Amino acid sequence: MNALRKKLDQLKKPFNKGEKWEKFGPAFNAFDTFLYVPNHTTKKGAHIRDAVDLKRTMIVVVLALLPALFYGIYNVGYQHFSQLGDTFSFWDAFAHGAWKVLPMVAVSYIVGLGIEFVFAIYRGHEVNEGYLVTGLLIPMIMPVDIPLWMVAVSVAFAVVIGKEAFGGTGMNILNPALTARAFAFFAYPTFMSGNKVWVSDATNVDAISGETILGTLAAGKEVAHNTWSMFSGAIPGSIGETSTLWILVGAAVLILTGVGSWRIMAGGVIGGAFMGFLFNLWSANELMAFPWYQQLIVGGFAFGIVFMATDPVSAAQTQKGKWIYGILIGIFCIMIRVFNPAYPEGVMLAILLMNVFAPTIDHYVVQSSIKRRKKRLSAATVKSA
Amino acid sequence: MSNDIKIRKGLDIKLKGEAEKLISDAPRSKTFAIKPTDFHGVTPKMIVKEGESVKAGDIIFYSKYNEKVKFVSPVSGTLKEIKRGAKRRILEVIIEADTADTYKEFGQKDVATMSGEEVKQHLLDSGCWPFVKQRPYDIVANPDDAPKAIFISGLATAPLAADVEFAIGKRKEDFQLGIEAISKLTSGKTHLSIDKRSASFFSEVKGVQIHKVSGPHPAGNVGVQIHHIDPVNAGERVWVINPEDVAIIGSLFRTGKFDATRVVAVAGSEAPKAQYFRFKIGSNVADVVGQLPANVRIISGDVLTGDKIANDGYVGYYSNTISLIPEGNTYRMFGWLPFKDNNIPSMSRTSLSWLFPNKKYTVDTNLNGEERALVVTGEMEKVMPMDVYPMQLLKECMAGNIEKMENLGIYEVAPEDFALIDYVNTSKIEAQVIIREALDIMIKEVG
Repeated sequence: MNALRKKLDQLKKPFNKGEKWEKFGPAFNAFDTFLYVPNHTTKKGAHIRDAVDLKRTMIVVVLALLPALFYGIYNVGYQHFSQLGDTFSFWDAFAHGAWKVLPMVAVSYIVGLGIEFVFAIYRGHEVNEGYLVTGLLIPMIMPVDIPLWMVAVSVAFAVVIGKEAFGGTGMNILNPALTARAFAFFAYPTFMSGNKVWVSDATNVDAISGETILGTLAAGKEVAHNTWSMFSGAIPGSIGETSTLWILVGAAVLILTGVGSWRIMAGGVIGGAFMGFLFNLWSANELMAFPWYQQLIVGGFAFGIVFMATDPVSAAQTQKGKWIYGILIGIFCIMIRVFNPAYPEGVMLAILLMNVFAPTIDHYVVQSSIKRRKKRLSAATVKSA
Repeated sequence: MSNDIKIRKGLDIKLKGEAEKLISDAPRSKTFAIKPTDFHGVTPKMIVKEGESVKAGDIIFYSKYNEKVKFVSPVSGTLKEIKRGAKRRILEVIIEADTADTYKEFGQKDVATMSGEEVKQHLLDSGCWPFVKQRPYDIVANPDDAPKAIFISGLATAPLAADVEFAIGKRKEDFQLGIEAISKLTSGKTHLSIDKRSASFFSEVKGVQIHKVSGPHPAGNVGVQIHHIDPVNAGERVWVINPEDVAIIGSLFRTGKFDATRVVAVAGSEAPKAQYFRFKIGSNVADVVGQLPANVRIISGDVLTGDKIANDGYVGYYSNTISLIPEGNTYRMFGWLPFKDNNIPSMSRTSLSWLFPNKKYTVDTNLNGEERALVVTGEMEKVMPMDVYPMQLLKECMAGNIEKMENLGIYEVAPEDFALIDYVNTSKIEAQVIIREALDIMIKEVG
């Protein structure tokens, strides 16, 4: 281990301050800190620091995503073979899925991290770890058959316009992963919706029933799946979104480690269930009549609430704000699904909409503290006058 | 009469090397130093020149912008050196001490018959005034102000901090006398907060409003207590004094001498003898703790708010704790893996240390990461037991937006109240530095 450290220090030399490759220091450091927590000691302020850092936090989110990712990979193969009517084993399905999904993950990371590195060098700051999560989220919310170049373009759009244009990590208004999906959704609609895109290689085969459940409902047709397959995830959909079961495992990881806000998740579920229930009472069409508990387990609702709405940068930042933000996402998600059949997937738009309003929610929450302070001040001035 | 303050938010960081409840006299230092840098915002104007001799209690410098505020020598001796830093800023005024102190006589006083103005004048003349600090801004108080109240925190909750009641120990009468004197400085109340768990002589102190405080750190921070008792509004001033300094003030009135003796806890995992030592303000730290290996960080103060000093450096003016912890200039492989390195205490549950709330840890000075953009939300609020939104306030401080800082409560906070935020925040931002700089902006722009 010491030999490796020595080698790294030797390699690092030209990247140090005052040396010839100083400018590229952030790029080297990004790899170095991946191996070792640096030997930096406290210079100002508190002399001791918590063990947590941003890298650790982000890795926890990546770990939480893995169950849904692995199930998603399997489901890609499962949908493919079962729709084609082939017989297949678990490993056949998994291998087919991996063959389809892993290149998307690779493209997302290479393009996204490449841009992050360039901006870090250009701006002279260290590479932030946020993209470790974004880079995995983006392929997980795409349909499996989207061409890789579209993934690359969406990623580039999300990172440059969605994030770096606002000042980089921590400054963005919109969730970068959803920005990528929204870009793909509006730029390449034929690859993002319909009944062919959700099952791999479906375009080569006629007579496939590869619609998502929400798509089916929007078209006013009968849903052919039962509650258990909706929950377990053996349904067509974006790669990572189908299995509520494995998403809940991820949610448990996020909540237990405190990395994801349980307030936002709980708020989202409450809001979604409430709205779904109201529509059930109304029951004017198939979408409205769709049972409220099934609303919560189909489409991207669970994935969005657990992994996207809880992005701390684009979410509300105050405790009360998180509740309001979560509940409104739930309500708007179901509302968009029901009222706008052109966009059966409401959760993406609901979260992006609330991303925009999150600062406003926080503003009003913080305002209550400001008001208390002003009231106290005026009471004090009256007393002394 | 007592009003309880129950603090829920906060964090007790349990460290190894708590000072044993035993007081020894430290050997008398050959040199002492007064560091103007301990008095934030004070520009010293020297009176004594190098080579001149002083008695304990003689003025060595005064504040350039408020000539009433004078700083005196803690010992008798010869002014050896005025150590200057960049831009000829005075860093240390070093005094070579005589073997025994001769004191300047200020005369014994009967506090009961003195007026507030007389007490104030006496404190100013004797050099005890710098013990009185003001909130907002956490600086030496301006004697021309009229504070609405005076606050004394009789408990320390910071990791390894000295038990102030034990440190004052036998100086109960001086403490009571000091309380009598300083309570004349305000037309308002004098508040003394005490630890709820201990039934101690503090609870029998007369002439103060007693508040029983319980809860995790920062419950012992006087700023937190002020916030819950009588918060500072814009334009108001309150004064705060450390309890040991109240006892020093008491002894000034009783004996007529400025006796700068203080009982200080030496603590931390690297302390050869973790116990309490009695010595004078400004002592050389080597005389108290001995020669230490190079990989030990010597902190004058507690581990969250203290100042790093060299092994031949001098103990700070206000410090009642010396913390000795290992330096952490080592690399840690794959430190980003969650649930690895559980030997580092963490508030975050990405480490398993939260499962052992009573374990005592050895911590070093490693930053455990690198500075990053602010991403994680909600963690700062967990250690901020005030009606203040810490992240929003920090952001406005960075932006230097005066009106918004005012609205968000800048007058109610001091850097020490953000020490735990330094500790817990994932992005490793220097919250105390940001708050200090923001307070300096407020001093300049609002006053």
